[in-house]
Amino acid sequence: MTISEQELARVAELARIRLDPDTVTDVTRRIGNILGMIDRMQAVDTSAVSPMAHPLDTVQRLRPDEVTETDRREDFLAIAPVSEAGLYLVPRVIE
Amino acid sequence: MHDIALEAIAGALERREFSSVEITSHLLERIERANGTLNAFITIDREGALRSAAAADAARAGGATGPLLGVPIAHKDLFCTAGLRTTCGSRMLGEFVPPYSATVVERMAAAGCVTLGKTNMDEFAMGSSNETSWFGPVRNPWDTARVPGGSSGGSAAAVAARLAPGATATDTGGSIRQPASLCGLTGLKATYGRVSRHGMIAFASSLDQAGPIARSAADCALMLQAIAGFDPRDSTSIEAPVPDYVSQLDRPLAGLRIGVPKEYFDPGLHPGTEAAVRQGLAELEAQGAKLVDVSLPHSPLSVPAYYVIAPAECSANLSRYDGVRYGYRCKDPVDLRDLYERSRSEGFGEEVKRRIIVGTYALSAGYYDAYYRKAQQIRRLIAEDFRQAFEVADVIAGPSAPATAFRFGEKSSDPITMYLEDIYTIAANLAGLPAMSMPGGLVDGLPVGIQLIGNHLQEGLLLNVAHRFQQATDWHRRSPGFTA
Amino acid sequence: MLSDWETVIGLEVHVQLATRSKIFSGAATRFGAEPNTQACAVDLAMPGTLPVLNREAVRMAVKFGLAIGAEIASVSVFDRKNYFYPDLPKGYQISQLDHPVVGCGSVTVELPDGSSKCIGVTRAHLEEDAGKSLHEDFHGLTGIDLNRAGTPLLEIVSEPEIRSAQEAVAYLRQIHSIIRYLGISDGNMAEGSMRCDVNLSLRRHGQSEFGTRCEIKNVNSFRFVEKAIECERERQADILEGGGKIKQETRLYDAERNETRSMRSKEVAHDYRYFPEPDLLPVHVSEEFIASVRAELPELPAQKVQRFRTQFGLGAYDAAQLAASRELADYFEETAGATGDAKTAANWVLSELLARLNRDGFDVSASPVPAASLGALIARIHDNTISGKIAKTVFEAMWAGEGEPDAIIDARGLRQVADSGAIAQLVDAALAANAGQVEQYRATPADKRQRMFGFFVGQVMKASQGKANPQQVNDLLRERLDGE
Repeated sequence: MTISEQELARVAELARIRLDPDTVTDVTRRIGNILGMIDRMQAVDTSAVSPMAHPLDTVQRLRPDEVTETDRREDFLAIAPVSEAGLYLVPRVIE
Repeated sequence: MHDIALEAIAGALERREFSSVEITSHLLERIERANGTLNAFITIDREGALRSAAAADAARAGGATGPLLGVPIAHKDLFCTAGLRTTCGSRMLGEFVPPYSATVVERMAAAGCVTLGKTNMDEFAMGSSNETSWFGPVRNPWDTARVPGGSSGGSAAAVAARLAPGATATDTGGSIRQPASLCGLTGLKATYGRVSRHGMIAFASSLDQAGPIARSAADCALMLQAIAGFDPRDSTSIEAPVPDYVSQLDRPLAGLRIGVPKEYFDPGLHPGTEAAVRQGLAELEAQGAKLVDVSLPHSPLSVPAYYVIAPAECSANLSRYDGVRYGYRCKDPVDLRDLYERSRSEGFGEEVKRRIIVGTYALSAGYYDAYYRKAQQIRRLIAEDFRQAFEVADVIAGPSAPATAFRFGEKSSDPITMYLEDIYTIAANLAGLPAMSMPGGLVDGLPVGIQLIGNHLQEGLLLNVAHRFQQATDWHRRSPGFTA
Repeated sequence: MLSDWETVIGLEVHVQLATRSKIFSGAATRFGAEPNTQACAVDLAMPGTLPVLNREAVRMAVKFGLAIGAEIASVSVFDRKNYFYPDLPKGYQISQLDHPVVGCGSVTVELPDGSSKCIGVTRAHLEEDAGKSLHEDFHGLTGIDLNRAGTPLLEIVSEPEIRSAQEAVAYLRQIHSIIRYLGISDGNMAEGSMRCDVNLSLRRHGQSEFGTRCEIKNVNSFRFVEKAIECERERQADILEGGGKIKQETRLYDAERNETRSMRSKEVAHDYRYFPEPDLLPVHVSEEFIASVRAELPELPAQKVQRFRTQFGLGAYDAAQLAASRELADYFEETAGATGDAKTAANWVLSELLARLNRDGFDVSASPVPAASLGALIARIHDNTISGKIAKTVFEAMWAGEGEPDAIIDARGLRQVADSGAIAQLVDAALAANAGQVEQYRATPADKRQRMFGFFVGQVMKASQGKANPQQVNDLLRERLDGE
């Protein structure tokens, strides 16, 4: 399977990756090659195979409902790129 | 002092042949001299290392003992270290100082290890040559014109160049075994769930697993002993008790069934590598093991399945890097969209962006069944192949990589050629099996690795086989003779 | 005309579960804390952090499922729902898509006209809440508070079986009542512990296929739900009547202007790229677990309604109103028990008590008149100590904190005159003072005397300052006026 530049643009937008217009053709070709390699999977009939999401055949462990974390806001805000008044700041969110 | 093996250091410390501070200082100096050439370390923690070495010496003077007490090691730079920069080889985390440590880091520290620094790696562990690091490529001490393998290339180069006796690493598709193979080292990827992933920066959550890279199986056994075990902070952590790996090392191999999968000796395998691997298998046979033919018919599909599953998981795992709470943030974003897109596009390198895009595509509406679901079905077929193989074999053996270390730029221009570096290693990740690489010879002066794959939780058996092999061979003692 | 159209409504109700810690981390969930003081490394999606599921969240979801007679999935699966938003730190929300913990169930609502309706619940699944964006101006930037990120949510999805605003509100009240009975949420809509999305479409009566729907997001009170539905159906009817088409979109209800308006259309079409969350394993809910939760279930609103109807002979609507909250139902039962007259108790609770609670903004648990006191008051009506009318005066005094009913009756001299001699005196005096009317009465045909009879009763009651037993007055007047 190949991918068109338009499709690539849509996917890049979903992933919030901005493509450099100069390299779009090259990126499209490389990704098309990868998808072509991946397509080798289609040769195998898997209609009767259930998907395997985890290598472990076990079940989720449940945690007791206890508050174990303390307030470390200052430690976390110290590594934030932009913060003020205890908040993380981002360009204005419009709804 | 830098030639001493990890397993021998504790004894030397106990006998006061040197102190932890002495060997730590010696190695720090060596690292500082060598790093300009090898670029194996992203961060060197001189101050922290000397402090914990002094503490270890004090503890030993006070009667404390332990096989890792005062032993200097290095951590791959995707294990979070509280207060010490953790970059994951990316500009995105170029200045990131985590306020917490990974379980692996905590456990190594609790065992008394001294952290020399953080080793270089492919960006977000995506690569097989260490050429994708934001901090520049790592050079292979056996031939500095060649790659050390990846993604744990810094850990491998550091150990091979005798800058550290052992280092932690991670393996999502071969990132411990392939660099161990290319650098003439012993490296083990544990069973998925055996080592906690807490604090280990995620690439592909259902495949990532940690393990040690060191010179010998005995070294690896000591390190694995320290880091393996249940961790309530990781839902995928296995609750089974951890066996004593060291005490199992010497068990004889008589009667052991070693499965040799015919698919691993395909035309893609370099003849020199094949010869070395076959010779290694003969050595195991000589020790009483039986070689049996097994088939892993779906293994050729492991690469395509992996290059759907790993990118799909990484596309979500890397969404958190958005320039809001930590990490790289672009200058003067004009709006929210700009903040996201520029921070991510400037913060991530090409290979990472490529995989995010492939993964996003594989999960997007209309493609999920053909790609993601299909890959998970292939994954089950691959796991099933192993299940059947382990009915007739106790261990599976084959090559770790198709050939020895390649030159810089040789494969980086074509992603698919690079992806085939992991053709023999990926299947074990898909099935969650423990696997290791041990030195099995030299071809044109470059190391060849033999891969051993075990059934779930059979790390002890793998280390046992490798140790017996290393009792009879000296490939693991060969040094690149790198002059720091 | 609006009446030509049938309104089709489905509701998605998000309920914050009242766990102490978050669904995937050990941070506290308390409402109203200082910004970001309850957001731990997991909630902030710090690199390498992993989710671990809170047992209590699962237990609460199962409890709700059992309460609505739903199937409980023996295996349920968490998925990642991918989208970028600053209040969503990981760039994905952990939710459940194909395998929710709670399957099909139903809720029965009682409507004011005495009818009842069963509304299907398609599913209820566990997920994590997002943080909050604060739009106060920080130099033109938006502030992000992640305290709420990771609070457990149960999303309850109804079938599109609701046909009016009234039914929608009744359904919501019933869900509210159930979650409060179960103690799994405080259901506080003002604080966002219960939030509602309304999906609404119109179709011509008799038409079987659904029309195009709009989703109205985050309607945060029962009254707004009612008003939002009313104005949205008018809006859609106007468009359809005018020959237009409904555009499928997400809208917001603006309470100030009482209108719904389109949310600024998202720049990118949504493609959530759901896939199984690799950091969490499938959740198994065993039969024993379900049995242990079932054993904890209290009597539920629907069961209480049924019991109130059969045990006390109450009407369906009255019973449903009383059972709406556990506290009110308990108050009613205690009052009824103290008097032995459930119907009168129900009338008093539903009229006098509720009116005053609403007027003064008290919760029933904080009622100034305890149930036992109201019971004692009703008992005084029964034993003819006071009339029903006087009782209201006494109740007002009790509400004002003047004490128990007997004390008030005595202090104010409100005790009913039941002494037949005294009443005879009053009757005779009244007849004597109104001799003309007595003449007139007797001259009137028997079937036309009723109004005039009332006049005499009034005179006697006035003379007694309302304290004469009305029945005795009636009997005596009949005897004197109609006397055989």
